[in-house]
Parts: sequence; structure tokens; C-alpha cells
Amino acid sequence: MSNQREQADMFLAQMDQFANTMKESVGIPVLMDQKTGVRMWWDQREIKLRFVISVEKTFKFFEALAEGKLLATKCKKSGKILFPPQVDCPDDPEDEVEWVELPNKGELITWTVIYVKPYSFGHYQDYTVGIAKLENGVQILAWVRETDPKKLRMGMPVKIEIVRRQPENYLTYEIVPLEE
Amino acid sequence: MGRRVAIVGTGHSKFGVRNDVNIPELAYEAISKAIADAGIERKEIDLVVTGYVGGWSSEGLAPVVIMEYAGLTGKPGYRIEAACATGSAAIKAAHDAIAAGEADIALVVGVEKMNESPTPTVVEFIGRAGNYFWEFENFGLTFPGYYALYATAYMQKYGATEEDYCKVAVKNHYYASMNPKAQFQRKITLETCMQSRYIAWPLKLFDCSPITDGAAAVVLASEEVAQKLTDSPVWIESIGASIGTSNLSKRTQFTNLEAARLAAQMAYKKAGIDPENPVKYLDVAEVHDCFTIAEIMAYEDLGFAKRGEGYKLIRDEQTYIGGVIPVNLSGGLKAKGHPLAATGVSMAVELANQLLGRVEKGRQAPIKNGRAIAHNIGGTGHYAYVTIYSLSKPRSPA
Repeated sequence: MSNQREQADMFLAQMDQFANTMKESVGIPVLMDQKTGVRMWWDQREIKLRFVISVEKTFKFFEALAEGKLLATKCKKSGKILFPPQVDCPDDPEDEVEWVELPNKGELITWTVIYVKPYSFGHYQDYTVGIAKLENGVQILAWVRETDPKKLRMGMPVKIEIVRRQPENYLTYEIVPLEE
Repeated sequence: MGRRVAIVGTGHSKFGVRNDVNIPELAYEAISKAIADAGIERKEIDLVVTGYVGGWSSEGLAPVVIMEYAGLTGKPGYRIEAACATGSAAIKAAHDAIAAGEADIALVVGVEKMNESPTPTVVEFIGRAGNYFWEFENFGLTFPGYYALYATAYMQKYGATEEDYCKVAVKNHYYASMNPKAQFQRKITLETCMQSRYIAWPLKLFDCSPITDGAAAVVLASEEVAQKLTDSPVWIESIGASIGTSNLSKRTQFTNLEAARLAAQMAYKKAGIDPENPVKYLDVAEVHDCFTIAEIMAYEDLGFAKRGEGYKLIRDEQTYIGGVIPVNLSGGLKAKGHPLAATGVSMAVELANQLLGRVEKGRQAPIKNGRAIAHNIGGTGHYAYVTIYSLSKPRSPA
């Protein structure tokens, strides 16, 4: 069976084909709504959307992933830990941040399994997303290595593992349930 | 403190898959009705505010495209965006301008044409409505997914069941069946919902609001103008609003929306409503049921039920007409449909008509207190707006 992205691409290719036929016969890229018979223009302009996002100030976080560590920032004066890491302390403009390592153990707070996926995630198998509370109280959202939602429960012990996401082949982190 | 503001005209398009109209044509369906209902000339409008989220639809500057089409250029105007709470934010912007004396009559239109893109693209855009870099880029959450995180935690903590969630869908489809503007006009059974496929566990297809095209519009006026235009203005008595965290991981718990609770407290305080017993002051509510769990959390965030007991309200059918407080007699987002930016304005249209006794038989709430409440959430509690509409002139401006 094809994945959701292939199905979406196939659907779009079909629309394109219909529109091409219409361009041949009536000269314009018009489609008929299957249900109501109304006519719709098939957009002849297409863009690819991909952003470039600055990680200059938080680069330590990404560097540390390669060493198998998960980092956060900590406001020196207040002691508040910030995750996702940010380099400005939200409660005090005079405070400064330093980098600290997060504990890699905690407990599962909540989870879901994504069956209907966004287009850009359509090539993956169904995946579980959850939120874990680490031993120091910091919460982290990530994929959970378990696809049966009924095998998970609130408060179950988990660890955080640094993994390479495939097929893109880049470093990220995952929540892994621990045997009890 | 400023001037009092009232709704003096409403308009609403049919919600659904509207491949028969383009964006300005769709918006005009609501605009033309609202202007006619207010009994004003176009030239009397001082300000035009457009709620529009877009991304999935072709027109980037929809407000100007719409105003050109409707013959409303040459006036101050702008676009407002607060995700799914855009409509309520647009009403607040127009309200504030009138309250401040910057305008006497303002037109607010909320419009969305989500079916201009294929479903996986729309799922992608709505999934990005949180914290893109930290929660979408690597983990691909979807909108049902965000609310499913709440649905799971709520079931685990309070013992609510998937059946309880489906009961919300059954109620809202029931009332939508009497609303000719609704996307779905078919009643459903509990089995239909329970047997539908999982979209984001534990939420199933029938727990989710659909992808919708639609528009809604209201004409707002200052006290002086409103009283000249109509014998039956519907006053904006108070507005409460709050922003929540963008990262869900930064929320302290996953069983209610803190931003919604804060917005409700703010709105109740301004209106002099006892937050411990708000139903005593209200006749009817429209709440943001983008997913069934969202309606149950709304019961609690609005104080209709105690913490952890919201699911019992629907279990006991207390949010049908005749219950503690009727909720979503329009069919809600769940069955009326959810064209993002139109939703908050649609709530205003529905509640104005409920208060004036103008909705279809079978879904008209009994009006005793002359007060109604709208609860409109953007994202997953990223934005929250609670607006109280009233038949009697508020003691003080909102």
C-alpha cells in the first residue's frame, strides 16, 4: 500500500491530468466538482515552501545532540530552566542564561497516535507523540517509541534518547518507555 | 472605559464545501445580509475589519479583494489574525475602535475558504499552528493531535470515556440538523461516532470538526447610533481575552485550557457575573468545540461544571435545551463547520439571533436572562476570547 504522501501526490497528478484534458478541449484549466458539478480553476502556479530558520544563538543545543546530550538554558539569577532553550530570560531583563544538561529520565504525561498526517509527514508510518516530565520538572514533547496507545499510561517511567531520524538522517530526540 | 457598543446587523453564509463561490463572493453573502439587516448605507460604515487566516487559500490580501468586490474601499481597514479565534479578535478590534470614538459604525467580516487546498495541505497548515520549530518540524503534530494530548490526559485523570466524547458529537449534530446554515444536517448515533476511524488516538473522525468554507459578518455601532438604528440592539457586555504558551510542553497540565479560564474570569468580572455560578446569569452558550474534548474542557473553563466533572454534564444531557445551560445550538464547530476566521463572528451572529428569538424552531433557547456567552479558542489554547452578549444595555461599557 502506498503511504499518505504518495496518495496525495497521486490525487494531485489526477487533477493535473483532468485539467490538461480540459486545456486541450476548451482551452482553460477547469475542473468539475464531482459532487455538485460546479467548475473550478486548477491553479497554474505552484510553489515549494521551505524555510531557513536561525539557530545561531541556540547552536549549543544542536552541537550537544551529537554528544548524546540534551541541553537547556538556565537563568543564572532565578534558576529557572528554559526548554525549548532561549537565550533571553523572560522574567528579568538583567538576568543571563547558561547552558545546562537535562536529566534523561522522567515520566510520561500524555500521548496520541497520529494516523492522519500532515503532507510533509505523509511518508512515515503512524507515529506516537507524547509529553514527558523529566526528573527536574522540565517537560519535553517528542515521538514516543510505542505505536500501541493502550500500552502507555500516565506516569509511566521513560527515558530520552538521542536518535537519527530517517529517512532524513538528522539528529533529534525520542521518548522511550522503560520496562517497569 | 469608553462608549458602549452593540451588534445592529448580522449576516451568515451557508457553511460547507463551497466550490460554487470564490473568496469575495463567499464573504459578500455575509456582508450584504449584515448591511441589509442593519438598515444602513455603505457610506455610513467608518471602519472595515476582516478576519482571515488563509495560507490554504489563494488570496493573500483577502480584505482588500473583498472590500473592492463589496464596494467598500476608501475606508480604514485591516486584517486580524488570532488562529481559530480570529473572528472574536476581529470583533474586539472593531469594538475597541468604536468604544474609543474612532468609529461609529464598523463592519466585521470573518471568512475562510479552506477547500482551495487539498486536505493533506490543510492538515499541514493547521498542524503548524502551535510552535512550528520545536513541536511541528520534528514531530508532525496535527490539530486533532494537539487536542488528543488533552483528550488522553483528561481520560486518564478523570475517567471520562471515548463514549463521553462522542456524546458531544451526537448533541451537536442533532442541533445542526435544524440549522440550514450548517455543513452537516444529518443526525448521528453514538455508534456512528464510536465506529468511526481514529484520526489522532483517542479522537475519531466524528470527534473532529470538518474542513469548512464559510463567512459571517456583523455590523457594530456605538450606543448613540445603535439606538437610532434599531429597537433591538444586542450589546457587547464584556470581552475577556488571553494568550497561552505556544509550546504545549510548557503547559502545567493537559486537562483544561488556562488561557480560556483566564479569559472567562476577565469577562465575568467585567460583566459582574459570579464566576462560581455563571449559568444563573446566562441563557445559552456557543463554545469552541473544534474537537469533542474541547467542548468538555470549555464547560469547566467557563465554570459550567467543576474541574473534572465536565464530562458528566454531557453524560447527563445537561447541555441540551432544558438542561443546566444549552450549548452549541447552532451545531457548533463540530457540525455547523469551522471556517477558522468566520467561527468567532458566526458565534456572534448565532447568539444575537438566539437572544432576539430569531433562530429555527427546535434549536431556540428559552431567553430569560437576556445574556449569552461565546467561547472562541485559537490554536490549542494559544489564544482565548470570551465574549458576553446582552439584550439589556450594560451598566458600563465593555
